[in-house]
Amino acid sequence: MAYPGKITKFAMGHLSKAPATRAFPLGELIITPHFRGKLVLKADDCIGCGLCERDCPAYAIKVENRGTKENKDFHVTLNLAHCIFCCQCMDSCRKGCLSYTPNVQLAGFNKDDLIVDLTEEWKAAQAVSAEEAPAEEAAVDEAKPEE
Amino acid sequence: MSKKVIVPIGPQHPALKEPACFSLTLEGEKVLSAVVGVGYNHRGLEKSCESRSYIQSLYIIERVCGICSHSHSTCFLQCAEELAGVEITRRAAYIRVLMGELERLHSHLLWLGVAAHLIGFDTLFCYAWRDRELVLDLLADLGGNRVNYGINTPGGVRRDVTPEQIQDILSTMDILDKQLAYYVELALGDTVLAARLANVGKLSKEECIHFGAVGPTARAAEVNYDIRKVGPTAAYAEIPFNVITDTHADVFGRTVVRVLEMVESVKMVRYAVANMPDGDILVKFPRKVPAGEVVSRYEAPRGEDVHYVKANGSEHPERVRVRAPSEANWHGMAHMIEGDYLADAPLIIAAIDPCYSCTDRAFVLNNNNTGEQQVFDWKQLRQYSIDFYKKEHGFDASKIKIAEKKHF
Repeated sequence: MAYPGKITKFAMGHLSKAPATRAFPLGELIITPHFRGKLVLKADDCIGCGLCERDCPAYAIKVENRGTKENKDFHVTLNLAHCIFCCQCMDSCRKGCLSYTPNVQLAGFNKDDLIVDLTEEWKAAQAVSAEEAPAEEAAVDEAKPEE
Repeated sequence: MSKKVIVPIGPQHPALKEPACFSLTLEGEKVLSAVVGVGYNHRGLEKSCESRSYIQSLYIIERVCGICSHSHSTCFLQCAEELAGVEITRRAAYIRVLMGELERLHSHLLWLGVAAHLIGFDTLFCYAWRDRELVLDLLADLGGNRVNYGINTPGGVRRDVTPEQIQDILSTMDILDKQLAYYVELALGDTVLAARLANVGKLSKEECIHFGAVGPTARAAEVNYDIRKVGPTAAYAEIPFNVITDTHADVFGRTVVRVLEMVESVKMVRYAVANMPDGDILVKFPRKVPAGEVVSRYEAPRGEDVHYVKANGSEHPERVRVRAPSEANWHGMAHMIEGDYLADAPLIIAAIDPCYSCTDRAFVLNNNNTGEQQVFDWKQLRQYSIDFYKKEHGFDASKIKIAEKKHF
């Protein structure tokens, strides 16, 4: 197989090829859409059954009722430092409240920042989308030509 | 007459990026005797399974090994499904085989890169790891993670394979076919590679059987033993393939076996994709598993993987035992290193594709005189280490504060 100058073909071929690696923090992070990243909760549907907590192998997810017995207020807390991103909680949830996102850049400088309240996160996201929705409607109205 | 020198290799990253300590007695450049010391990376995986349900244990077992995660989880589930009397669907069995063979491809490519790096052939290292990324991308898309795919679940698999993913798999296999042709040419015909690897780390057929070596290490010495053929599980009985063996019984033979196994794996992936039956991917699995005990085997990329599960009728397994393939290959390691040069030791260690953390288990100290058994608890172990460092190194380790484990 060996003959002089065989490397030349390979070397010349590599001149026209794109790099096999990516300069990650500077370049684009390409994550497949099916990648199991950080969990998000649809708190509206959560009934606080605790099946996610029961099946979590890393004891990373916790469901607690911060309200009263009559007026329930369930909060789902996720410890990102413990979470192994297996998404078994997602499979165990009968209401389909939990889903994964391709968000994998979750490192922080403080350990306490890694404990996230998924219910509060969902409420904040709802508030933001509620604020944006009227603005979008107004923009659509403005764009309509007056007859 | 030359002086004997004892050279410790490790415990920090002796050949691969994991802890183990090898004490080699040298005469000149030759190794006279070798003592293999493992046990630096015990994680208590088996014990932690006992306090978790079968579903929770599955994810612990999946993390036994960072490379053959699918093999361990499949082997564990074979035990659990046998105990529960659950039979998975054919489509689920094919998906398990598909993932298993993709895992074999990425494991062997990883090994090829590591071995190439250790012998100073860094071009091959770059090539092999570049191609491995293609397989890892496929696994990430199919399973949801590059390493711990999480595709298995009791009673089948969690995710189905879509037609788009099948197209991706086939186009990647086309690329790998071309690359593998180059690796085969290299492994079988390159004189420099053969000169470097031949007669290094010899372990003959009889010695392989004596030490209980498994996987490519044994198959490189003409031991025709592959669980996929001997005791096929999942859909392996339906998929045609050849068991690769070699006669060299050294690191060169192990390279040839692994490279040719990759070619077989590509064929198996193509067959599994083309003949994948339709149907469900999941059947119901009971939460409580009936009492009983089962031993199951699976051909992991590194060799025969054995799992034992004892159930007591509750939600938790009573006992889980994992015999990782590296554990079987360790026994012949000292014999392989002895008689070779010191410079070959890292290569010989790497040639069995060892996984240290898969292997490490708890120790029970037996007192031969009194017959008493002793297991250290956390406080005793801490005191032992403090005494050890004081005596051996004159260093007072008692002042080091160890953080308490904190949940939430």
